[in-house]
Amino acid sequence: MARRTPLNEAHRKLGARMVDFVGWDMPVQYSSVIGEHETVRTAVGLFDVSHMGEVEFKGPGALETVNALISNDLSRISDGQAVYAGLLTEQGTFVDDIVAYRFSPEHIFICVNSSNREKDFAWMKEHARGVKPVDRGDDYAQIAVQGPKAAGLVQRLTKTDTSKIGTYRFAEGEVAGVKSIISRTGYTGEDGFELYCAPDDAVKLWDALLTEGQQDGVKPCGLGARDSLRTEMKYALYGNDIDDQHTALEAGLGWIVKLDKPTFIGKDALVAQKAAGVKRKLVGFELTGAGIPRHGYVINKDGKQVGEVTSGTMGPSVKKAVGIGYVPAELASEGSTFDVEMRGRQVPAVVVKTPFYKKP
Amino acid sequence: MSDIPQDLKYTNEHEWARVQGKVVVVGVTAHAQQQLGDVVYVELPKVGATLSKGDSFGTIESVKAVSELYAPLSGKVVKVNEELTSSPEDVNTAPYGDGWLIELEVSDTSQLSELLDAAAYGELLKNA
Repeated sequence: MARRTPLNEAHRKLGARMVDFVGWDMPVQYSSVIGEHETVRTAVGLFDVSHMGEVEFKGPGALETVNALISNDLSRISDGQAVYAGLLTEQGTFVDDIVAYRFSPEHIFICVNSSNREKDFAWMKEHARGVKPVDRGDDYAQIAVQGPKAAGLVQRLTKTDTSKIGTYRFAEGEVAGVKSIISRTGYTGEDGFELYCAPDDAVKLWDALLTEGQQDGVKPCGLGARDSLRTEMKYALYGNDIDDQHTALEAGLGWIVKLDKPTFIGKDALVAQKAAGVKRKLVGFELTGAGIPRHGYVINKDGKQVGEVTSGTMGPSVKKAVGIGYVPAELASEGSTFDVEMRGRQVPAVVVKTPFYKKP
Repeated sequence: MSDIPQDLKYTNEHEWARVQGKVVVVGVTAHAQQQLGDVVYVELPKVGATLSKGDSFGTIESVKAVSELYAPLSGKVVKVNEELTSSPEDVNTAPYGDGWLIELEVSDTSQLSELLDAAAYGELLKNA
């Protein structure tokens, strides 16, 4: 029996096509993936992301405890700010990628991937030195409001001045009368918010956003559009582009790794790798031949396998077949060419600057 | 309930066949395109290719998924829908019309009797 978010019934009423996503019964699309994708790029879309997990560290030393577990540095940001970070193994590969919220040095709140909820919590429990983590995954629903009209929509439903909440900042307030964490974060490349609320309030918040958003052309959006939007931005997906087999440096996520921090799990391996040189890199590429690259397709150079595709789609906004994949460092610079193997055909591809999608 | 034209034959793989003498036009059903979602790429065989019934003759891809296409009958490909290269969405908007895939010159007409009629295909969908 797949797990259900508090919005499951709401999705079904809206005519969503439901699929099993890592053990959760989730909407893949309501009307059309391309239509929902375009809505997020031009107006505003709502995503149910209540399947994501939450972990909380509360008490004296919470910041130091979490800082020793994650690759980014919570001491460099202020209260009310969040960071994207890696939860890394000793080898510098990913246990998960997370967003850590700094409420105060004594209160850190972490959002983890749905597929890794149990694993991450066990990992944190095992490795936390100081404050003990508390699994809050069942205490929160989460709705992402994404698109150029998201800020206007959310503002009309709250007394909190959202213009004061910059990117990767958050505030606590009420949205449509629902107590929420209002976080200016997202996974689409558009402006917007992720709203965390109590599961019992999720339907009220969702309905209010749908109703108030009518004038903005709001649409509920499924996991299909979520994936095509993030792929156009080359945002990593755990299990596809990042995993426990590739390091943060190989994934091109050096910017979330703060090697000058006193210590964090994976630091030594990454310091060594940086000194030795990173041998393979995650690149974004476009196909110059016909087809669509997909997760798991082989990348060849001169007939020899040199890597593999981790994500790919026909980008609805970029109108091109784009992909992400690991290749040797010498093939990672812009303009490098290789072939993607599709059902026996070798389709030429070229490494391009990312994100694939640039705002018009 | 999806649209199931009475004058066509169908397969368990959700393809349709329009029999025009020795030549059969092949496409995917309204139900199949609905299940796929937005079609963004169709890979078809070359004219002249010889197919046996059940052979994979190409793929149809939506934003999220790849599906194989299977030959409903044995025969030679005499025409492919080149328009789908630039307008793959025709498969969604007109699965029984502009979204057709290939034309086959059938080598063994006895295979026609193995295809489903509209009523049988309707039953298949009901029990899906």
